[in-house]
Amino acid sequence: MNPTAPDLNIPASDEREKLLERAMARHHNSGDALIEILHTAQQLYGYLSRPLLSKMARRLNLPPSHVLGVATFYHLFRFEPPKKHSAIVCLGTACYASGAGQLLAAAQQSASEGEWTLTTGRCVGSCGLAPIAICDGIPLARVKPGDLAAVLGGKHDG
Amino acid sequence: MSVRTLEVDGRTITAMADQTIFSAAWDNGIRIPRLCHLGGLPDAAACRLCLVEIEGQKRLQSACTTKVAEDMVVRTDTPALQAHRKLIIELLFAERNHVCSVCVVNGACELQTLAAELGVDHIRMKPQYPKLPVDVSHHRFGIDHNRCILCTRCVRVCDSVEGAHTWDVAGRGRNSLIISDLGEPWGESASCTSCGKCVQVCPTGALFSKGKTVAEMRKDRSFLQYIVTAREKRLWIAERKPR
Repeated sequence: MNPTAPDLNIPASDEREKLLERAMARHHNSGDALIEILHTAQQLYGYLSRPLLSKMARRLNLPPSHVLGVATFYHLFRFEPPKKHSAIVCLGTACYASGAGQLLAAAQQSASEGEWTLTTGRCVGSCGLAPIAICDGIPLARVKPGDLAAVLGGKHDG
Repeated sequence: MSVRTLEVDGRTITAMADQTIFSAAWDNGIRIPRLCHLGGLPDAAACRLCLVEIEGQKRLQSACTTKVAEDMVVRTDTPALQAHRKLIIELLFAERNHVCSVCVVNGACELQTLAAELGVDHIRMKPQYPKLPVDVSHHRFGIDHNRCILCTRCVRVCDSVEGAHTWDVAGRGRNSLIISDLGEPWGESASCTSCGKCVQVCPTGALFSKGKTVAEMRKDRSFLQYIVTAREKRLWIAERKPR
């Protein structure tokens, strides 16, 4: 299983269930493999829903609170269905020093009601372009809070 | 079981080889401050208040998780350690909301008592006051996350003594939060047995019995040693301390 594979090819729902069952069986339904199985589940479903976590907890014989505790510890696990578009605001040192905090605050406001899933990143490696946001794979260099808010506010057809 | 001889605060003491510095010191009347350790529970080294200096080691070690060793020289109360402890207490106070005057355990709080013992009379940092929920959905108890110091005593007592593992810690860093089951309200938790052990071991007013108002809540932790050791010692009736 390649953990960096994109989540784009989501199989049909009954198929997903079978694939998840198979992934858990491959790890002998062992609680030690929780993180690997969470990764598989997120790749199949795009996010980790409560019923999904509950099912995994039962199958792996783990307390539900332990499963949610482990899953929420890691930033890469999502608990809401991904929306149509994705935006990443870099919070690396250079971006932060150039006002990524205000950028994030503005983005949070406009993304909350729109079609954007907002995440934060830790340095995308282009500090010369700080502060930077990446919207659907397109980097927005030296972006101002107002401009990013306009993009996330729906005046952008992706 | 072999015996180890070590020096703690200039005193030579003996301890069993599998004892921690913390328990060896307490057995000999040397009280190391702590908030997360509780006799009968597995240790988490979460509060960092029991940090001690060990000669020959650059780093401070948590006494509750470090085993004793032969000829070990330990210092538990140097000015540097006192300063660290005061800082930790101040950070705990600043992290959430610990206003004693309106707290259910005012007067019987471990955090409050320790702060007084260590001479914490003000907080140098800006209090964070995050807006955290208070969950009173359980029919007997409530949890006020604003008072929680994340010592994880409730998590450990629920897992290792009651065996229910209703509680766990979600998130990380400043966003950490005690959760029941899959984050549903405590009252709807399917695994909770309503035993109330978590409420009794909680060092602050984060977990409380319903119906208690300011400074009315008192906690009894004496049950824990009994529950943990009674079967082994074949004690079928708990010896009640006269009140």
